[in-house]
Amino acid sequence: MIRANVVYVLWMREMIKFLRAKSRIVGAIAMPVFMLVFLGLGFRRVEVPGIPIEITYIQYLVPGILGMTILFSSAYTGMGVIMDRQYGFLKEVMVTPASRISIVLGMIAGGATTSLFQATMMMLLSVFLGFTLPGLPAIAGAIMVMLLISVIFINIGLTLSSVLKDFHGFNMIINFIVFPLFLLSGALFPVANLPVAVRIFSFIDPLTYGVDALRGMMIGHSEFPLALDIGILLVLAAITVFMSGYFFQKGEAL
Amino acid sequence: MTDRPGEPKTGSDKPADAIVLTDLKKQFGDLVAVDKVSFSVKSGELFGLLGPNGAGKTTIINMLTTLLIPTSGDAVIAGFDIRKDPDSVRNNIGIIFQDPSLDIGLTGRENLEFHAIMYNIEAVERKKRIAEVLSVVQLADKADTLVEYYSGGMKRRLEIARGLLHYPKVLFLDEPTLGLDAQTRRSIWDYIRNLNREYQTTVILTTHYMEEANFLCDRIAIIDHGKIIALDTPADLKAGYQGDVITLVTEGPVDHLIARLEEVSWVQEIVSGNGSLSFTVPCGEENLPEIFHLVHTLGVTVRSVSLRKPSLEDVFIHLTGSTIREQDGTRRAAMREKFRRRMMR
Repeated sequence: MIRANVVYVLWMREMIKFLRAKSRIVGAIAMPVFMLVFLGLGFRRVEVPGIPIEITYIQYLVPGILGMTILFSSAYTGMGVIMDRQYGFLKEVMVTPASRISIVLGMIAGGATTSLFQATMMMLLSVFLGFTLPGLPAIAGAIMVMLLISVIFINIGLTLSSVLKDFHGFNMIINFIVFPLFLLSGALFPVANLPVAVRIFSFIDPLTYGVDALRGMMIGHSEFPLALDIGILLVLAAITVFMSGYFFQKGEAL
Repeated sequence: MTDRPGEPKTGSDKPADAIVLTDLKKQFGDLVAVDKVSFSVKSGELFGLLGPNGAGKTTIINMLTTLLIPTSGDAVIAGFDIRKDPDSVRNNIGIIFQDPSLDIGLTGRENLEFHAIMYNIEAVERKKRIAEVLSVVQLADKADTLVEYYSGGMKRRLEIARGLLHYPKVLFLDEPTLGLDAQTRRSIWDYIRNLNREYQTTVILTTHYMEEANFLCDRIAIIDHGKIIALDTPADLKAGYQGDVITLVTEGPVDHLIARLEEVSWVQEIVSGNGSLSFTVPCGEENLPEIFHLVHTLGVTVRSVSLRKPSLEDVFIHLTGSTIREQDGTRRAAMREKFRRRMMR
């Protein structure tokens, strides 16, 4: 049912297009770089309540920005599907006998690779701002966490792309879903500082657990037990794969 | 225009129908785009769906190729049900879409390779077939250029090459030659015919070019406002439509002439516009003198006259009451078109 060559060719297409579009590489990490530089430098000496005194703000911020990078670049995968629909290429993909689940997995593979590439670049850049990289096992663990975050948000993007069929709808999504997800996740400050009414929403934000797990891996500080974070991410990743697979199977391709 | 002999290409050993539609219907909101259409296409047949823009041709094709789900009714392609077994349907069909469907960020060859892999064609075979189809559409020298830099005609040719790559049993062609120059159109017609004859590929094509339907198709279904209004071989469609068509190119007002002609019982299908007036009479050679007498009496200046046997276009006018081009501009057609575009996204 799952055809490896279909997954491969969709992944390969994403790689070819990503490498050809140099502006996309720069554009995709510009925003997280700005956030990292200005917040990292601007709040360098600030003591944020809820962050242990021995952890500098830049150490605290970097995992959050990595989570953000993954969130935004994964959302772009959904946008890519809408662009394919607009340019008609989605029809060509959907009319082939390739199983829908292979197509979804191919899109996930392509999107996750570009997301991880961008996040890894961010991680290396953060060193110049004074971030202390953890050891290799911790970096490997962080990459696995980033992969899970990426899979979750790519699937949410793919599901939305099969429901929303044009760019206007997708811009609304970016403003009203992606930004709130980012701000509620505790990427910039501890969620504990939020009023209870708002804090409730951060508990249903998958990125909250993603960022928390990244902190656990990279700076050894997390709000929830690391195992709980990873457990939640694994369950969400599994659920969202089925969700986007279902929508691609049942929906109309046009 | 050349007439095609309407001999059936399927022998008694291969009687199966390649496509069977039963009361197929598609509704978008209040708009019924396809209204309970039923017909079947024989295996190996070259079948045409002829109709104006917005008639429902593309919606039918999109349902048959599993891209849209019918509101009601059913269809079976190569023995597989489009609702119950869409994967098997997709395995047996190829389609050349009306709207562009290429990845412009890839080269021509990459587009073809993508397609071939999606259809599980082995590497060696893939290379061979890609070279083969590229040469058919004469794009071999441009294969490694990004499609972004292709002209409209080159893109169309690449799409046609791609549709042929996996030797489908049933090939759908949605307005295959729309917007192409006469020479390219001709070579694509030849290729479609060859493919149909040599590989026994069942071809179903939509078109609003009369000469295309006439030249290529074994049988034609004329479709308007989501319904089939006639279905036969081009020859029989024309034969069922008696009489000769007289066209007068006139100068000055002709309203009084039209009024008089309408009173004459044997003059039918009067169509006027753009300084010309055409109508049908039972026997051109005999009726023409009488017509001229009338024209002379009314003092209408006639600059030229032509007399011809009916074409498919006349059949179309006869059946729908308007010319195919005229209909393109009506509000209703425009609305359908707009709606269709929206649904296509």
